[in-house]
Amino acid sequence: MANMMNAKVDLTETNPGEGAAQALHVSPSPHIGSTSNSTRRMMIDVLIALTPAVAMAIYMFRAYALVHLGLCVATCLAAEYLFVRMRGKSISLNDFSAAVTGVILALSMPATAPWYASVIASAVAIGLGKIIFGGLGMNIFNPAMVGRAFVMISFAGAMGAAAYESGSGWVDAISQATPMNAFKQAGTLTPIGDMFLGLTNGSLGETSALACLLGGLYLCYRRTASWEIPAGMIATVLVIAGVVDLVGGHGGRLILHHLFGGALLFGAFFIATDPVSSPLTPRGKAIFGIGIGALVMLLRFLSGYPEGVMFAVLLMNAVTPLINRWTIPRTFGEY
Amino acid sequence: MELLQSKALPGKGSFSHGIHPPDNKSLSRDAAIEVVPTPKRVVLPLLQNIGVPSKPIVQPKQQVVAGETIGVGEAFISTNLHSPITGVVEKIGVCTLPNGRHLPAVYIKAEGEQLSGQALYEDVLGGHWPKDCPIIYHPSTISKAIHEAGIVGLGGAAFPTHVKVRPDDTKMIDTLMINGCECEPYLTNDYRVMLEAPGAIIAGALHGARTVSAREIIIGIEDNKPAAIDRLKKEAEGTVIKIAVLKTKYPQGSEKQLIKAVLGLEVPLGGLPSDVGVAMSNVGTMAAIARGVIREKPLTHRVITVTGRGVRNPKNLLVPIGLSMQDAIDYCGGLTKDAARIIAGGPMMGFAFSNLSMPVTKGTSGITILTHDDVRKEKETSCVRCGRCVDVCPMQLVPTKLAMASRHGNLSLAHQYNIMACFECGCCTYVCPAHIKLVQLIRMGKAMVVASRK
Repeated sequence: MANMMNAKVDLTETNPGEGAAQALHVSPSPHIGSTSNSTRRMMIDVLIALTPAVAMAIYMFRAYALVHLGLCVATCLAAEYLFVRMRGKSISLNDFSAAVTGVILALSMPATAPWYASVIASAVAIGLGKIIFGGLGMNIFNPAMVGRAFVMISFAGAMGAAAYESGSGWVDAISQATPMNAFKQAGTLTPIGDMFLGLTNGSLGETSALACLLGGLYLCYRRTASWEIPAGMIATVLVIAGVVDLVGGHGGRLILHHLFGGALLFGAFFIATDPVSSPLTPRGKAIFGIGIGALVMLLRFLSGYPEGVMFAVLLMNAVTPLINRWTIPRTFGEY
Repeated sequence: MELLQSKALPGKGSFSHGIHPPDNKSLSRDAAIEVVPTPKRVVLPLLQNIGVPSKPIVQPKQQVVAGETIGVGEAFISTNLHSPITGVVEKIGVCTLPNGRHLPAVYIKAEGEQLSGQALYEDVLGGHWPKDCPIIYHPSTISKAIHEAGIVGLGGAAFPTHVKVRPDDTKMIDTLMINGCECEPYLTNDYRVMLEAPGAIIAGALHGARTVSAREIIIGIEDNKPAAIDRLKKEAEGTVIKIAVLKTKYPQGSEKQLIKAVLGLEVPLGGLPSDVGVAMSNVGTMAAIARGVIREKPLTHRVITVTGRGVRNPKNLLVPIGLSMQDAIDYCGGLTKDAARIIAGGPMMGFAFSNLSMPVTKGTSGITILTHDDVRKEKETSCVRCGRCVDVCPMQLVPTKLAMASRHGNLSLAHQYNIMACFECGCCTYVCPAHIKLVQLIRMGKAMVVASRK
């Protein structure tokens, strides 16, 4: 008992105004944790990684980009606030996940899309894509892609492949066809250098392969994105495009066309790597990436959609629980 | 003596996954072991091993001398208990341990002349440790001496050593593996024993290997302890002992991970090291074996580290079993102003406690005192299924699945994902960006599984 008394006296002396109960906490182990690691930090990483793509979008599409970015981010945050309140949960805006959804969604919109498309897409992304499943971590599908798919189908005319072109716009890029659509419709290949730098028409953030690579490699370096997903996806696209290239005698240009065009790199690094809607294990992630790559090529060659990343991601999101079941790792010592 | 670098080992000196937490060992690494003065009182819980409590054989008011047996382990997995000091039994009462168990305990008040200071140090760790004597002991003699001395694994699990280190016709042991990894951050007690009493470790290892008829003796040490590798290398000169240098990674000191890193073998799921022909024990236990067999002295003292930024002077101490945590902390200058959490053991697997009257037991490797800055206090958020827990789990489990299955009481799902294979190292919780207490949830699930089997 004397010892217990000592403990108390000691602590009151050193923490004036605080009782012993406040000074010493007990808690289950482990008592330390990685400090460089939080959900919020992961989301901030994504925002940092998106900066080159955002900069390129603003450079290429000027006010169009600013309007969509502003609308999407604002609507996503408002929708998150509203729907989370409706569920009676504590407000989760400060985890930045809604902001990330907003930026990714904006970057996947065509410059010419009407303003209401961005607003509706954002509200659907957060409401139907995320909160309805239970909020962050519970959604089956990538929220941004849910929102985009919703408006793409609802406003097919304003969002479809042909809508990317607008003769009346005051930004040069939107007077041309997107590289993917030009190839689909007329069989013309856009200069690879333009596609790499991003001097082409397309969704706001997808045009520059370079910007996506820069941000994507940062995400993989930070381990916020699992490298297995983009690696599996890109490798599959390279293989399938390579075969088609060889058969068609394009001399390698078709491979780079498929790699740099149609939001492939943007999708590989920023959309498919959404941890919530992708598998848990490294093997599962690789399968997931390969599946998206294969579906992208299937859609590009056989469907009416020239780019295919959005539907490929959504389809693979749907099989993620199944992949998780197939890829339970072999426990140490399990034979 | 043979020094095996990690590349030359069948297991390449490492295992898959794991983490690299800051080790913070520099706080106490260079502090030579100090002998704590004989306390006024020791409290000796009757259960200081992983099995069955010892039966007390003393009465209140009875005189005891240092080293006298006060409890006997009658069951197979149980151990003897001895008084570390000369004095009088006050009572057989109850005490609480950091792990939350309330146990009967023998309270002994110091009286009369005590062995202390340098003389005690010499008796426990110092002096000459002959390397040639194993041959004069029969394996069963050694095993009996270990049993008599009440030795348990000093690494933390407190498994009775005489059960592990004994002649056994049913289990072939090829290798006696000695664990000198000390992968738990902060702790330096094993390191100091390796530096200051390498002779005792080597002698203990030779006795242990003779008992289990092991052909090989391998001491595994992480490569962040070059001085310890050096000392043991010199001391093992002329013996068959091999020293394996391993990559520094947590939890390298887990027995299954260590066997994998050194021998490249995987202990089967639910199995024991003996299933792959290995007996494993830690360096401190070897020193205790040497003392028990050669000097016929029981396990009454051990080396602990009192460390962390929450204690004024971090130290390594030679303490009597039963010393109160308070006495140990006071000897190190007491707590600092910002001390926030006191842990029995290290910060990854240790138990936090707040009642400083709790005693040091045979399984206490140290006391780590963290400050407000060290302690993690972020709020839990939703799992975003990033899979980092999967990437670090040394047992290659899916911690988030196990934790959620436990939280929802879904025992069949937990079982499907091998929940019982988790040894609670804490890597998953350490890296979790959502700050989910994965280990605690899994611990709960394991307890539910065990309860459902009864």
